[in-house]
Amino acid sequence: MISNDRYNIIVIGAGHAGCEAGLASARMGMRTAIFCTDIESVAMMPCNPSIGGTGKGHLVREIDALGGEMGLNIDKTFIQSKMLNTSKGPAVHSLRAQADKHRYHQEMLHTIEQQERLDLIAGEITGLVVDKETAAGDEDTSGQGYRCTGRVTGVTTADGRTLSADAVIICTGTFLGGKIFIGDDVTVSGPAGMPPACELGENLRELGFPVRRFKTGTPARMLRDTLDYSKMKEQKGDDHIVPFSFMNEDKTYDIQQISCWLSYTNEETHRIILDNIHRSAMYSGNIVGVGPRYCPSIEDKVSRFTDRKRHQLFVEPEGLDTDWMYIQGMSSSLPEDVQHAFYSTIPGLEHASIVAPAYAIEYDCVDPLSLKPSLESKILDNLFCAGQFNGSSGYEEAAAQGLIAGINAVRKLRGESPLVLRRDQAYIGVLIDDLVTKGTNEPYRIMTSRAEYRLLLRQDNADRRLTPIGYEYGSVSEERYQRYLTKTERVDAEIARLRSKRTDIDSFRAFLVRHECDLQAGVLDEATIERKKRDIAETGNQTFADILRRPVITYDDLAEIDDESRPSLGINEKTEVEVILKYDGYIRKQINEVEKMRNLESKNLSEDLVYNDIKGLRLEARQKLTEIRPRTLGQASRISGVSPADINVLLIYLEKEMRSSQR
Amino acid sequence: MSETIAAISTAPGEGGIGIVRVSGPASLDIMRKMMSGCPDEVTPRHAYYGKVVADSYESDPETIDEAVFLYMKGPASYTGEDMLEIQGHGSNVSLRAILRAVVSSGIDGVRMAEPGEFTKTAFLNGKMDLTQAEAVIDIIKAKTELSLGIAESQKEGRLGDAVRDIRSMLLDILAEMAVDIDYPESEVYDEYDSPEEESKDSSSEFVNRLRWVISDVQDLMDSAYIGRIAREGVRAVIAGKPNAGKSSLMNALLGEGRVIVTDVPGTTRDTVEETASVAGIPIVLVDTAGLRETEDQVEKIGIERTTRALASADIVILVFDGSEKLDEEDEKVLQFIEKMNTGNLIAVINKEDLGRTVSSEDVLSRLPDASVISTSLIGSAANEAARRISEKIGEILDLGNIDVRESNIITNERHLQLLRNAEMNLDEAIVMLQNGEPMEVAELSVRYAFNSLGTIIGEEAGDEVLDRVFSKFCLGK
Repeated sequence: MISNDRYNIIVIGAGHAGCEAGLASARMGMRTAIFCTDIESVAMMPCNPSIGGTGKGHLVREIDALGGEMGLNIDKTFIQSKMLNTSKGPAVHSLRAQADKHRYHQEMLHTIEQQERLDLIAGEITGLVVDKETAAGDEDTSGQGYRCTGRVTGVTTADGRTLSADAVIICTGTFLGGKIFIGDDVTVSGPAGMPPACELGENLRELGFPVRRFKTGTPARMLRDTLDYSKMKEQKGDDHIVPFSFMNEDKTYDIQQISCWLSYTNEETHRIILDNIHRSAMYSGNIVGVGPRYCPSIEDKVSRFTDRKRHQLFVEPEGLDTDWMYIQGMSSSLPEDVQHAFYSTIPGLEHASIVAPAYAIEYDCVDPLSLKPSLESKILDNLFCAGQFNGSSGYEEAAAQGLIAGINAVRKLRGESPLVLRRDQAYIGVLIDDLVTKGTNEPYRIMTSRAEYRLLLRQDNADRRLTPIGYEYGSVSEERYQRYLTKTERVDAEIARLRSKRTDIDSFRAFLVRHECDLQAGVLDEATIERKKRDIAETGNQTFADILRRPVITYDDLAEIDDESRPSLGINEKTEVEVILKYDGYIRKQINEVEKMRNLESKNLSEDLVYNDIKGLRLEARQKLTEIRPRTLGQASRISGVSPADINVLLIYLEKEMRSSQR
Repeated sequence: MSETIAAISTAPGEGGIGIVRVSGPASLDIMRKMMSGCPDEVTPRHAYYGKVVADSYESDPETIDEAVFLYMKGPASYTGEDMLEIQGHGSNVSLRAILRAVVSSGIDGVRMAEPGEFTKTAFLNGKMDLTQAEAVIDIIKAKTELSLGIAESQKEGRLGDAVRDIRSMLLDILAEMAVDIDYPESEVYDEYDSPEEESKDSSSEFVNRLRWVISDVQDLMDSAYIGRIAREGVRAVIAGKPNAGKSSLMNALLGEGRVIVTDVPGTTRDTVEETASVAGIPIVLVDTAGLRETEDQVEKIGIERTTRALASADIVILVFDGSEKLDEEDEKVLQFIEKMNTGNLIAVINKEDLGRTVSSEDVLSRLPDASVISTSLIGSAANEAARRISEKIGEILDLGNIDVRESNIITNERHLQLLRNAEMNLDEAIVMLQNGEPMEVAELSVRYAFNSLGTIIGEEAGDEVLDRVFSKFCLGK
């Protein structure tokens, strides 16, 4: 299995982060090995059987645009597809697919096995090999913040071998120091009974890593045929299926979609939970880890929101070849007998056979403030970190970091600058910047509300935003890039045409009356329609681009007044044309903000800046800056405790340094 | 950077002249917009004298002040950018009015300067020596601390409370929008049968709630009026035909003989401003020249000033010579006041000792809302009259119960500007929601409004929205 003990890059863990990291590294030309405690854990989905959703769907599109695997893999293995938020604007449309868990794992495994230069190895990594002599960072006189103590040169394995590597990427997920809680029952284990990695966490603590405990949970799994679907509400997929991957844009998907089911808890459910709340692992004091607020267990929901008479839950199939059903919304750490009691109060689940109980899992992770924006550790050179190990949560968040860590490990070895995406460029940029700049006190989940430039970061323009960057940084294949260029050219040409194209004034007005008045007859009242008609009669002729900005008009509508110069575009190209033109006006509002930030973002702060020596900085700012060591002034401005005045002081300081050095 | 900054750059207090300074690429645009009759070609470093108006492109723009406009082309300027100086009259009122007009000119990227920002820009543009860097930092620090101090005190005060209340309402709205966007399938309230129904028509619900918030913001802005009173005093303008006794009244109210009082009509050729304290409230008394036809150039200017003073008055005190029949000049004054339609009006019928030709009824028949006082503005009667007028002023402003120092006031032009920003953004959000434009676009405007309000009380935007989301709603898988 191991052809050679020497790898350029070793990835620890084969979850969603590890797979992306390993694939990116191998695709960019590095000899790479991915280690996992069990081959079954490759791209395993230990919790919900779905990919995407609000914010997360955006991440998948971005991973895809940068040449990652997640979008392609879910496109091969989904069993239901749904575009969320279609009642809102395109910036928050979010794709979500129910995955066939087993096939998702199989397909990813296959992709990894087919990948040149990439080995997948079953084996536990127990420690890092560190060269302390080569500590690159200068002596840090401040005595605060994370200091570089050496460079990673390899790993040790449970079977006593030492493997050398130029760079290592940690993607251990919930396997690292994993502990499962069901009521009083505590088991040392990875997720879903997988073997955990126990020694590496200790090794990292000894090496001075700020390791801490987070926890998360998962609901019970039930047998498909033991549920009563007549008592639940069916949740179907969309009629028109949109794939995740840019590479699949032209494909049509004609699959038999599998439904999910909606049901609700009731007061009896809540009574049983509250009566037994003292038996929950969360309340026993056994768990020290911090859980996420946005993923509360059912006992959390019931005890925190006492006024709620019911909570919703979704019953989701885990795949085509399995009878397991996932009970979304009902994670718990109560003992199994209590689980049986409360699950059976739920309409449809009365006679459910539970095949795997709900559990809470606690695991080791690192304080992400000890990471650079490249996801390289500040403590050890050439050590990169990704996924839940960095304090995030979610498959998509993990995959995004894995991809970036993989790309940046390769670039580091080649002596190239890292890929650091800005907050106005990608949700990936928001995710990583939040983690390494603000840190997190709970497992971090992406949300569209975390992005201040949400209108720019749409899922429909992920390729436009990121594929050229990925190409420049080496993660995007030539084939994808050429496709991107072709599409972009066609879209841009059409936008340019629409910006100058007009029809005659009579057709223009007739068109508006038809769409804004006649077709709105049922929606608008008589008076409004009359008023609109009068307005239209006085409206001067507009370009097609301007017409498209009107809320009810679509690109397809324009065909009615268009001529032979109209190209025949694909459905995604049409969408892109429409969204770009419709959003144009809204986006302008954000541009000023973005420019301001870019300006700060372009001012680099040296890693060995001694903040204590900079006069005029407030004490709190000095401490925070020393601890976090921001890479740019923009990053510094987002640290809580660093005020605008402190930023001005830094700005003056930088200018002073620059002028002094020019002398 | 593409932004243009503006600030009053002379020390507060009444000086002969005061300067509003502007720096940035829009400087020249601002001059063109705000100088009535601005020449097509503006020569840098040339002093142009003209009227300051809010929008010179309008057909009949309102005059704010008269000023010298000085345009400097970057890099040959203090900051190294294009700059404009508007040198107006020294009073706080007119400088603030000019600054307000600059920042709300509608020209892109114009905003109030941060503390020490002119100096900072100058340094960054290489207009200052390297050795001055430390001094620049000190200035920024000092000014920032000063404004932080103000923000700090606002935090404690009633303005802070009011802003916090409004922000909290917005936070609820933002949290619900966030849930709506980020958890489209979540049922957040019990009473609905399915997630789809729950989100139905949420935008009209948001519109209603945003309307409430806007009205609260407007209330707060209205309190800026009281704030200005605390800061600059009530502007009580005394008007009347020449020799009716305006200056005598002013002297009586001031308790000292500051204004020359003679029997020759037209003695007061300019407006005279004095500050008195009435019931603890500073009152700026503006004695005006009479309103009458005249060929005298100097007096003409005085009359023009009078009309302007009247337009900016909080209270108008009209003085009539009660010993003579109302004549043509009185008529002019009355017509002017009627046209102005001001609510706060005191009519003083003077010279009671010389005979009562004009009765209260005569005045009331023309000005039904006026409070009328008959008196003689000589000797002890004048003091008695002054006392009664003071009382009336108190009554009119209904300030008897308000302790101005602790009231909910906006004393800072910057705060007013931030409130105005918030109002504008909320208004935009409402229009968007009503037009069926996407929620996430409207949300952005609400977010900007929320941030503007946060700036008033010195709160940085953080994870408040998400905190509110998770404390209020039960979400998650």
